[in-house]
Amino acid sequence: MMAKPKPAIQTPPPAIVQVKSVSKTYPGGVEALRDVSLDFRQGQLTTLLGPSGCGKTTLLKIVAGLIPASGGEVVVDGKAVTGPGPERAIVFQDFALMPWATVLRNVAFGLELRGTPRAEREAVAEKYIGEVGLKGFENRYPHELSGGMRQRVGLARALAVQAKVLLMDEPFSAVDEQTRRKFQEDLLQLVAIERKTFIFVTHSIEEAVYVSDRIVLLHPRPGRISSIVEPDIPRDGDPEKIRRNTTYIDTVEAIWQGLKQYLD
Amino acid sequence: MKIGGFRIPMAASLIVWAVLWEVVGQTGASLIIPPLSAILARMFEIVPTPSFGAALLITGKAFLLGNAISIGVGVPLGILLGRSTIADRMILPWVTMFLSAPLSALVPVIMVIFGLGQTTIVMTVVMFAVWIIVLDTRAGVQGIAPSLVEMAQSFGASRWQAFTRIYFFAALPEILSGIRLGLIRAVKGVIIGQLLVSIVGFGSLFEIYLSRFLMEHFWALLFILFALAFAINEILVWLERKVEYYASSRH
Repeated sequence: MMAKPKPAIQTPPPAIVQVKSVSKTYPGGVEALRDVSLDFRQGQLTTLLGPSGCGKTTLLKIVAGLIPASGGEVVVDGKAVTGPGPERAIVFQDFALMPWATVLRNVAFGLELRGTPRAEREAVAEKYIGEVGLKGFENRYPHELSGGMRQRVGLARALAVQAKVLLMDEPFSAVDEQTRRKFQEDLLQLVAIERKTFIFVTHSIEEAVYVSDRIVLLHPRPGRISSIVEPDIPRDGDPEKIRRNTTYIDTVEAIWQGLKQYLD
Repeated sequence: MKIGGFRIPMAASLIVWAVLWEVVGQTGASLIIPPLSAILARMFEIVPTPSFGAALLITGKAFLLGNAISIGVGVPLGILLGRSTIADRMILPWVTMFLSAPLSALVPVIMVIFGLGQTTIVMTVVMFAVWIIVLDTRAGVQGIAPSLVEMAQSFGASRWQAFTRIYFFAALPEILSGIRLGLIRAVKGVIIGQLLVSIVGFGSLFEIYLSRFLMEHFWALLFILFALAFAINEILVWLERKVEYYASSRH
């Protein structure tokens, strides 16, 4: 490939999330995942990419602890997953905001459920509202915001609980194209600043190559890993440059050629 | 509707009917239909009387208490049915049965249990109002977007937290329309209860008016009750509109 070798290759970061031969068959017999094993490394953004029916959202929900695996196990930070936990937070495709609550309360909701005192949780929420660029909107309600702003609220809520792992389920698919590009740029910054582990689900090849350190390509029916791509694109500097980078363009093309065969 | 370029408001049809009523009443064609103007005059005559005041008080008490019980029982039960398949399978058949059952026929049964007093009236109100509240609340809870439920779970919400902070508010538009329909049914319930027990409140007034063939009084009281029910309905409609945007938590 066009990728230049990295100057000083360090040992890869440790795996914070380990998926160990996970299978999932839904009641009714649909086999969504078959024997998937995968490591998610600390501080990296790993994308699950594949056509619909490849089980990428199922895998994310199993890691989140929202649905149980039929076989195998998921280990997060050394502990086997039996349900949701404070070390993981989700950003939802449809934002999943409470329409009756202000931006401030929505962002602080994770901490509210944990019983954090009001003053403390609101201070934390305000910090992250500022970080996602919504300062001044603390007392607005979700229906007063645009789709893009709503997803920023969803993101701030996930950041506010200080989880080590952020699970993002097609977070940008419900916002318009311009907003999505801005989001993708902001996400790169966020990965660099927050030093968290991101697991990102998308069906957009361009988006995956743009934001990811690693891309896990999944086969459909039943979902299995087909290959893992690590696009070697310089992330520092002008984010616009990435879209013109030849490695970016070639990687997008290579993944597209690989996925084409699964289209009906 | 437009006639000759003028927009005719919806309520205009009421004027037509009112005029027709007055004309028929003035001809004296039927004892059952006194002139509308006489009925209206009677309304102003009835309202300040102590017997009306006493009837309003006792009826209002039964109505409010019965509705409070219906809401207090109906909303949590509806949320439970909406979230638990087992509870739904066990209880839903009863709810739908009572919703369409001829409830007036059950009032004597309540009377046997609770005696000839205010308790029977209150329980009749509950029996009329509670089922629609349960059913609407259940529908509201079932309509909540799955992601909102997953959101609460993923941030570690306990079952109680999910009930009180997510399900209740997400279903609030449906809960309010259930309460509104419940209140309207409760108006029926309280009057039917009083009529069948026939010793208290508006029920006894109706009984007195009808037995003495005071049709003006009868219609006047009916109109007052209608106006009260209408006002209650409008207040709830206004409340529902205020929380309409909560419905964006649906899928």
